[in-house]
Amino acid sequence: MTAAPSTPNTGLFSRTGPPGSRATWLWGVIGILLLLLLWEGYKAIGPEAGVVLGDTRLLPRTSDLAMPHTWDMVTRLFEGETQARNASPLWVTVVSASAFTLGIAAAGWLAGVVVGVGLALVMLRWKIAEWALLPWIVLSQTVPIIAFAPVVRSWGAQLELGPIQWEGWMSVALIASWLAFFPIAVGALKGLQSPETAHVELMHTYSVGWWTTLLRLRLPAAVPYLLAALRLGAANAVIGAVVAEISTGQRGGIGRLLIQFAGQASSDPAKAWGPIFGAVALGLVAAGSVAMLGVILSKYRRTEEK
Amino acid sequence: MNQKITHHARRRLMAAGAIGSMTLLAACGGDSEGGGGGEDELTPVSLQLQWLPQGQFAGYFAAQELGYFEDEGLEVEILESGGDIVPQDALGNGEVDYAIAWVPKVLETMEATGVELTNIAQTFQRSGTLQVSWADSDIESVADFEGKRIGSWGFGNEWEIFAAMAEEDLDASTVEIITQDFNMNAFLEGDIDAAQAMTYNEYAQLLQSTDPDTGELYTEDDFTVIEYEETGGAMLQDAIWADTERLESDEEYAETTVAFLRAVIRGWIAAAETPEEAAEFTMNAGSGWDQPHELWMVNETNKLIWPAEEGFGVINEQAWDDTVAGAMAAVNEQGASPISEEPSDSAWSNEYIEQALADLEGEDLDLTGENWEPTEVTFDEAAATE
Repeated sequence: MTAAPSTPNTGLFSRTGPPGSRATWLWGVIGILLLLLLWEGYKAIGPEAGVVLGDTRLLPRTSDLAMPHTWDMVTRLFEGETQARNASPLWVTVVSASAFTLGIAAAGWLAGVVVGVGLALVMLRWKIAEWALLPWIVLSQTVPIIAFAPVVRSWGAQLELGPIQWEGWMSVALIASWLAFFPIAVGALKGLQSPETAHVELMHTYSVGWWTTLLRLRLPAAVPYLLAALRLGAANAVIGAVVAEISTGQRGGIGRLLIQFAGQASSDPAKAWGPIFGAVALGLVAAGSVAMLGVILSKYRRTEEK
Repeated sequence: MNQKITHHARRRLMAAGAIGSMTLLAACGGDSEGGGGGEDELTPVSLQLQWLPQGQFAGYFAAQELGYFEDEGLEVEILESGGDIVPQDALGNGEVDYAIAWVPKVLETMEATGVELTNIAQTFQRSGTLQVSWADSDIESVADFEGKRIGSWGFGNEWEIFAAMAEEDLDASTVEIITQDFNMNAFLEGDIDAAQAMTYNEYAQLLQSTDPDTGELYTEDDFTVIEYEETGGAMLQDAIWADTERLESDEEYAETTVAFLRAVIRGWIAAAETPEEAAEFTMNAGSGWDQPHELWMVNETNKLIWPAEEGFGVINEQAWDDTVAGAMAAVNEQGASPISEEPSDSAWSNEYIEQALADLEGEDLDLTGENWEPTEVTFDEAAATE
């Protein structure tokens, strides 16, 4: 990072432009256009049966069933979800389902942050806890969601929490948090341990307590690590929420739409792509929201590479 | 099976870490339905379906929407599946009170896990499974499967195929079993020679798809259809299952079961009489299908239920025995069978459905469907092109 506060003239190829500048947006648009071009280009010149090597399919078929035209997929979004006269446009269905899933993913992410940071603090405080917990934290991520989801739902259904009734979305959020807490715990621990020994010892010589050291030295130093971890956690929470919705049979979200419309893909191939776009947008919104956190915490991001 | 072991290991592992986030989540979910009690005390009952809400389950939704459950003093929660939720597991674990599931699948689970469930009503009197091939292919019967790529969804939906093949002395290793997706694309694209299809869903999907060569919808003439009902592999499908132990020990549950079945009978009679309305109910329940497809589904489902010679849901002993025999004869490509011995006598009982039918005897209800007539559903171009 240079001393200059900002470079005034950001050219197309400059990497230092602030996020949100016109150049960044332009690159985004160019990226999408390239993708469209690639899709339609392959569809136009690729073999109808796709490219198959031995038994392995390398490139997909180019039929309208497998690869609908991009414009068909887009126009489909503006047609009714079903043929019914009162059906809302497909994009409305997709957006509201995405919002539902985003809410669950956010709850899962928050739970993941609390558990992840909590575990990191415990592991920071007691070395023995780090030895004892870290292998389990890593191991926890090897449990496949499809095996784990019905157990969570079954468990939740039998749970009595006083006046609070366990609801389906909580199972989904729990699974989302299960995937989210892992990068956060690992990243937070790494960040909290990142201050140089000299700095920690300096705090020692000032006879500053553990908590103050944490607050004044370790937490600020952890911010760059934490931001990356939170972003990973957000992506995981979204994936976890979508997959868990499918696994547990939760309706209302993008996961349900994905399988529901996949089932209709023979007669309405373009419709199945609606929720896929929704899922992509969902991921972008989640990542974007965490990026905003980064803007708020920007004064702690000195050590981060820009 | 060994899946069970890991299941338990996972459960323990999970419990170790999840408690923290669990309580936190529960704290977030403060907005649970605020009581609602006080009024007439309805008995809460939960019913686990085996797939997404769709016409296959129209009668249960009709019973819900028309207030038949409530009339019986029940507050029924209909739970959808559509993922990794296995109805008989949910019932066996005590998560739900009743479940809808195919008979061979439940037999398989009961033998593998030792859980005890009872078939209390055989909603579908006949099998709705088809194997569909192109009309110009040389597959006209199960015997022609040899050397072909045969599609199946797996997860216990495949046993009729293997039972029918066993009947023809065809070994499972003589065919290539290809796992099918949620739609018929693999068949339409030529990856599968004969695809598994339910009369009420996937077959309709084919008839709603556009033939790229003509630009028009496929018709029934484009396909050759093998009905498993006509083969030796036919097995009983959608049945209502209850917890055996609770039926025996819990008098209230046994009473609730009869009340529940009375409402279900009324629901399916309503679906038979007014299929359009039943299609509407399932769409309201979130099926996501077009009306023509949903109506087709209700109509075809009705054909599997009605007529029911001895009354709705009464289990035909011969059909049960045939299903058991088929399940014992079926051997998949890995050499496994769903069951190796006959299930216990408690696996089915006509006691509750017969009681429910007797209770409804005096009313003006067609309990056997003898006067029922299917409707004609067709798909037109307009409904498909988009």
